[in-house]
Amino acid sequence: MRRGEEISAEEKFYVASQWQLMWRKFVKHKLAIFGGTVLIIFYIIAIFCEFFSTQDIHKRNSRYAFCPPQKIHFFDRDGFHLRPFVYQVRRTLDPVTWKRIYTVDKTERYPIYFFIHGDKYRLWNLFSSDIHLFGVKKGTLFLFGTDNLGRDLFSRTLYAARISLSIGLVGVFLSFVLGCILGGISGYFGGAVDMTIQRIIEFLISIPTIPLWMALSAALPQEWSPIRIYFSIVIILSLVGWCGLARVVRGKLLELREEDFCMAAKIAGASDGKIIMRHLLPSFLSYLIVNLTLSIPWMILGETSLSFLGLGLRPPVVSWGVLLEQAQNFRTVVLHPWLLIPGIFVVITVLAFNFLGDGLRDAADPYK
Amino acid sequence: MVSYILRRLIYMICVLGVTSVVSFIIIQLPPGDYLTSYIVQLESSGTKVSEEQVASLKKRYGLDVPIYLQYFKWIWKMLHGDFGMSFAWNKPVSKLLAERLPLTIMISLFTLIFTYIVAIPIGIYSATHQYSAGDYIFTVFGFAGLAIPNFLLALILMFLFYKYFGISIGGLFSSEYAEAAWSIGKFIDMLKHLPAPIIVIGTAGTAGLIRVMRGCLLDELRKQYVITARAKGVAERKLLFKYPVRVAINPIISTIGWTLPQIVSGGTITAIVLSLPTVGPLLFQALLTQDMYLAGSSVMFLTFLTVIGTFISDLLLVWIDPRIRYEKGA
Repeated sequence: MRRGEEISAEEKFYVASQWQLMWRKFVKHKLAIFGGTVLIIFYIIAIFCEFFSTQDIHKRNSRYAFCPPQKIHFFDRDGFHLRPFVYQVRRTLDPVTWKRIYTVDKTERYPIYFFIHGDKYRLWNLFSSDIHLFGVKKGTLFLFGTDNLGRDLFSRTLYAARISLSIGLVGVFLSFVLGCILGGISGYFGGAVDMTIQRIIEFLISIPTIPLWMALSAALPQEWSPIRIYFSIVIILSLVGWCGLARVVRGKLLELREEDFCMAAKIAGASDGKIIMRHLLPSFLSYLIVNLTLSIPWMILGETSLSFLGLGLRPPVVSWGVLLEQAQNFRTVVLHPWLLIPGIFVVITVLAFNFLGDGLRDAADPYK
Repeated sequence: MVSYILRRLIYMICVLGVTSVVSFIIIQLPPGDYLTSYIVQLESSGTKVSEEQVASLKKRYGLDVPIYLQYFKWIWKMLHGDFGMSFAWNKPVSKLLAERLPLTIMISLFTLIFTYIVAIPIGIYSATHQYSAGDYIFTVFGFAGLAIPNFLLALILMFLFYKYFGISIGGLFSSEYAEAAWSIGKFIDMLKHLPAPIIVIGTAGTAGLIRVMRGCLLDELRKQYVITARAKGVAERKLLFKYPVRVAINPIISTIGWTLPQIVSGGTITAIVLSLPTVGPLLFQALLTQDMYLAGSSVMFLTFLTVIGTFISDLLLVWIDPRIRYEKGA
């Protein structure tokens, strides 16, 4: 009986399709599953950031500039409460230095309610609503503290996720198109075309990216609309990003074009474009996906670095880099360390993409 | 071998040429040229500028000829050491860069050495002790190093040092040495300031190299000659360092081609955060004030740095890898 089960498992292995095998191998990679889960959560939050945020991101709570993060409590003097709450924060001015001092006032507590009516928003500019996942009815709720204008950093971080996470996807899509076309041409035709494209790639790789990006994005006119700046930054990032992908595509093509099925297609009279698109690309799609996953974090880091310097996206657009721009001066960081919180999200996102990519790479070659 | 070196040399010169074109484009990028803003400035101060004066000014700055001629003029001047003026600093660009390039090269070089000294032994350890606790720790460290952007690491280090030790790790010299001429004291002072930037800039590169070294060595260790040698009773240590490590190091050396741009690139942004006296902050300031001759030249020199570095790594590879050395002789 046991023997019979073993055989059926083995048979399953032989009759499984390539994608099934990949999936099985991928599921075994714990870190990749973890990374993938984190990313799914992040992207859901980014898509519905209006709902998950607690406040309008442009609302200035001028009385609460640079307010430190408020802690969520379950216990107070009376004991445990099932409903979490925050204590009131009071601002006083130091009479000598005029520094703002925030003290927690334990006499007043504000319970946190779920699905609460708060600031109005338009989800994706389509649906009007004012329901937030959670919030307080009275008082303030600054989970990550506030910035210099008293804007809620928690809500701003969530909104920023939408921009930062999408820039990676859009940028990678652009690199993908460029890389596939140029790498495909390079690998399929060979000869002088291949030579030229390879030299261009070598040149682009030898340029230090950040100085080049800085110079290009600094040249974007100030008066451009945020959307135009956004896409220009994506194009600037993709300018170098396609190189790695083009190399993968080329290398694999050189290997595959010698295969029999390629020759068969040629004899059957298929055009060059059709052979590349229909026969060659699908056979190494898995390698492409791995490469794409690993180049998304690279794009996110690029955008964050540029915006941090004030050369990338500009306010009122919020991305993680734009938020970190406030932390450029380290004296500000010493006084208000919570301004670095958006940076934690950058690190987690990049890590998650790397884990996912690692798992996908192992799964990409299921016959090994 | 000579033909190989010659080929790389010609290739390098071509790349330097293309780099200069890119830099020239960067200089030309911002809308309006220097002359336009100069004329506006003159007019706002009450000076009438006639048509003839504009023409003569154009002639003087070489703006009356087509763009490709302007490029060759610019190159021609550059070959004679004239990189144009920095309008913000009111100094020749060549002078500004000469002050900061040596320090930039030095920091990049030290970082490169640091990267290799740290990455190669760790890579060897991780490969020989695959799936051990140490291997996992280094893997985690490697992933973290890749994930933390340079500027964030710099900020966090500065923050921690300031908060717990009360010292500021920014800059490359203490205030008393900043303007002083070079001396033993200044050099020692600089050595004290070097570790922070080197660690910040080197982390990402080190993390990447550990992965490469580990992967290459693992591939080598699985090969049959290793099994044969082991079967013949070669001592484990001798076996490891004499054959597989030597082979696995080759790809590491050839990755200087992308490690160096990464270091220069990371160095730029780190230097801005840590306010180091290198080309990075100079470029940043130049871009903010649209001081384009300075910006273009800075990008050009940073790229030169990586291109020449890659060329040197090619030469190193010839020296280390006999397969390339004898390739053409056969």
